Amino acid sequence: MEAPVLATTETVFALKNLRVTFDTPDGPVEAVRGIDLEVARGETLAVVGESGSGKSQAVMAAMGLLPANARVSGSVTYRGQEILGLPVRELNRLRGSRLTMVFQEPMTSLDPLYTIGRQMSEPLVEHGGLSWRAAHERVLGLLRLVGIDAPERRAASYPYELSGGQRQRVMIAMALANDPDVLIADEPTTALDVTTQSSILNLLRDLQERMGLAIVFITHDLNIVRRLADRVAVMKEGAVVEQGMTDRVFAAPAHAYTRKLLDAEPSGRKEPAPACAPLLMEAEAVSVSFEVDGGMFAPPSRFVAVNGVNLILKEGQTLGVVGESGSGKSTLGRALLRLVPSSGRITFEGADLSGIRPKSLRRLRKEMQLVFQDPYGSLSPRLTVGQIVTEGLLVHEPALSSRERDARACQALEEVALDPMTRNRFPHEFSGGQRQRIAIARAMVLKPRLVVLDEPTSALDRTVQTQIIELLRGLQAAHGLTYLFISHDLAVVRAMADEVMVMQHGRVVERGTAEDIFENPKRPYTRLLVEAATLPG
Amino acid sequence: MLKYALNRLLAAIPTLFVIITAAFFLIRLAPGGPFNLDRPLEPKVMENLNRIYHLDAPLWQQYLGYLGNLLRGDFGPSFVYRDFSVAQLFSSGLPISVQLGGSALVLALLIGTTLGTLAALRHNRPVDLGAVTVATLGITIPPFVVAPLLSLVFGVWLGWLPAGGWGDGAFAYKILPIVTLALPQVAVVTRLTRAAMIEALSSHPVRTARAYGLRWWTVVVTHALRSAILPVVSYAGPAAAALMTGSIVVETIFGVPGVGRYFVQAALNRDYTLVMGTVVVIACFVILFNLVVDLIYALIDPRVRYG
Repeated sequence: MEAPVLATTETVFALKNLRVTFDTPDGPVEAVRGIDLEVARGETLAVVGESGSGKSQAVMAAMGLLPANARVSGSVTYRGQEILGLPVRELNRLRGSRLTMVFQEPMTSLDPLYTIGRQMSEPLVEHGGLSWRAAHERVLGLLRLVGIDAPERRAASYPYELSGGQRQRVMIAMALANDPDVLIADEPTTALDVTTQSSILNLLRDLQERMGLAIVFITHDLNIVRRLADRVAVMKEGAVVEQGMTDRVFAAPAHAYTRKLLDAEPSGRKEPAPACAPLLMEAEAVSVSFEVDGGMFAPPSRFVAVNGVNLILKEGQTLGVVGESGSGKSTLGRALLRLVPSSGRITFEGADLSGIRPKSLRRLRKEMQLVFQDPYGSLSPRLTVGQIVTEGLLVHEPALSSRERDARACQALEEVALDPMTRNRFPHEFSGGQRQRIAIARAMVLKPRLVVLDEPTSALDRTVQTQIIELLRGLQAAHGLTYLFISHDLAVVRAMADEVMVMQHGRVVERGTAEDIFENPKRPYTRLLVEAATLPG
Repeated sequence: MLKYALNRLLAAIPTLFVIITAAFFLIRLAPGGPFNLDRPLEPKVMENLNRIYHLDAPLWQQYLGYLGNLLRGDFGPSFVYRDFSVAQLFSSGLPISVQLGGSALVLALLIGTTLGTLAALRHNRPVDLGAVTVATLGITIPPFVVAPLLSLVFGVWLGWLPAGGWGDGAFAYKILPIVTLALPQVAVVTRLTRAAMIEALSSHPVRTARAYGLRWWTVVVTHALRSAILPVVSYAGPAAAALMTGSIVVETIFGVPGVGRYFVQAALNRDYTLVMGTVVVIACFVILFNLVVDLIYALIDPRVRYG
C-alpha cells in the first residue's frame, strides 16, 4: 500500500548530525551517533530499528525530554528555526502546539489523577489561549474525531477507566488539539492488540490526509512501516544505516542490516503431527473463574476467564492459541498444567488430573513444563544460570549427584545454543533472547513431553524471535515434543503451529488447521485478527 | 464518602474496646499502686483510700465499672492530681497541645514539601545537598538538645523570645515550642517529598506534560507534586496524632501546660485513671487522623475513591 504523497516537499522538521551521549557511572555512553533525518509536510517517515538502536532517544532529544545526564549536540530545526538548546520557555511555544508527540506507553502516559477532559484541555488553554469552558467543547470534538463513543462521559472519566486503545486515542486527540505540523509517534501501537493497532493506524493515516501532518513514526514492526510510511530510515547502534522510499527499501535493501531485518519475518511452516500419533492430553469443558472483589459494600462477583474449552493434544503436535489480551489464553494454559483451579476434565496420558493427589501430580509436573513471556521477570536474579537450569532436577531427580546435574545443565545449555561455560553467570548478564534460551533450557532439562509456551517471543526483537522459533522447532523435531503455543502474534503462530484455536472472551470461537485459519478464516473475529496482522505473502 | 466515613468510625469501636481492655489490665500488672509513696501511708489511711476509689474491689468489677463510667463520658478522678478529674485535666491541657502540635505540623508540611520539591528539582546539586543535610540533622538531633539550644540562643543571648514559660498562651511563648516540635517533622517531610518528587519528575505523565509545553507550575505542581504528595499524606496522619497529643520533652523544657507530660507521669505514679484517659485520647486521635488521611488520599487519587 502506498500513501498518497502530497505535492509539496517543504521540509518542516529536520535533525542534522544529532548526537546523544549519556553520562553514566561507567563513563559516557553514545546512544545516537550523528544522525540526519527530515520529514516534509504530509509525509510519513518511519524510523525502524531494534531495541537499543537509539531511535527513541533521538526524538526525545529533539523534543528536549531527555534526563539531565544526557548531552545532545547537532541541530534540530522546525521550519528552519533551530530548536536545540532553546530556553524551555521558548521551546514550550512549539511543544504541544506545533510539534507534538504520542508515546509508546498508553497505560502510563496520561496522569492518573486528572480526568481525560481536564488533561486534554491543558494544551488548549496553554497554547490556544482558550478558556477552560471553550477547551472542554473542543475536547469533545477531538474525542469524536478519534472515534471515542460518548465523549461527554469519557471526558469526565479518569484514565484508569479506559482501555489501552482508548487511552492511545486520547493521546492522539491531545496531540492533534492545536493543529500541529509535526506528530512524533514513538511505537504508539506496540502495547496494543492487533485489531486496536489496526484502527489506530487507520486513524493516523486518515488524519494525516485531512490535516497535512508530517509524521515521524518510530517502530520495530515492519508491517506497520509497509502500511504507513512514505520513507523509511533504518537505525542500528545509534546510526542511520539506510534511508529511502519505503517501496525501494523493501524491494531492494541496500544495507546488510536492512536485509537482515526484512528476513527476520518468521517463516517456515510446521508439518502436522501424523494422524496416528498417540493422544497426550485431553481437556473437556475446562472453565476457570475468578472472584472479583466488588468493593467494601458490594458482594463479590465472578469473572469467567475461560469458558468451557475442549481440546486434544497429540504427541508431536503444536496447538497455537491466539486471541487478544484478556481472551483467557494464558489462563487456559495454566489451567491445563493445574496451576490455577478449574472445573471440567483434564487427562494427561489417560490419567485424570482433576482429582489427582498433589504427590502424584508432582511426578507428572516433570512431563509438563511452562515457558513464560517475560525473560526478565521469570529468572531469579540471585541464582546462577546453572542453578536456574538445574533447579527442577533437585525436585524431580534427587538421586543425581551435583556433578551429574552440572553435566545435565551443560547439555541443556548446549541444546539451546548457549555456551555452557557461561553457566556460572547471573541472568542480568544476558540479553533478552539469551534469557529466553535459558528459560527454555530450564524446561528442557527435565525432558518433558508437553511444553506450554506462553508468549515466549513477544518481548523480543524480530531477529531474535526468528532464532527462538527455529530453536523451538528444532527441539520439537529432536525430542518429539508437544507444544501449546500461546501468542497474540499471528505471524509467529503461523510459523510454529499446525493447529490453531482462536479465543475471544474465554471461549473458542474458531479452530482448525493453521492452513485453514490463515487462508480461509470463517468467523468474522478471526478474519479481523488475520487482516489486522497483515500477514506478508 | 459520608457513608464510608461513618462505617470507618463504627469499625473503630471494637478497636477502641480492645485497646482500653489491654491498657486497663497492663497498667494493673505493674507493681505498686497510686498511693504507694516514698513514705508509706498508715495502713488505715491506705485502706480508706482504696475503699473510696473502689481499688479493693475484684479487678473485673473495677473493669466493668470503668467501662460503664466511660460510656457515660466519665473518665474518673485523677489519683495524683488531687481535686482534678481526668476530664478537667484534658479540657485544660489538650487544646494547648492540639494547637502547638497542629501548628508544628502545618509548618512542617509547608516547609518540608517546599524544600523537598526544590531539592528534587535540583537533584544532586548544592540546593539538594543542602536540603538533605538539613533533613539529616533534623532527624539526628533529638528535641531535648534542640529545645535548650533554641531557648539559650533566642531566649537568653538574643533576648528576642521568652526562654520558657507559657505567659497565658501569648504568641511569643508559642514560637520556640512549635519550632522545636516542627524541626524533626520538617526533616521527615522533606525527605519523603524529595524521594517522591524525584520519581514523579521522571514519570511518564510528567514527561507528557513537558512534551506538551505546559508551563513550569503546571508540570511541577499540578502533575508531579500532586502524586508525590501521597506518601507525605500517609505519613502526616500518624504524625498529627503524635504531635497533637503533646510532647513531654518540649512541655517540660519550655514549661508548657499541655497533656504530653501526663502519660509519663501517670504511668510512673500508677495514676490508673489518668493513664487510661491518655490511652483513650491518643487512640481516638490515631483512629481519627487515619480516617482523615484516607479521605484526603481519596480526594487526591481518584483510583482509590471507588475501591
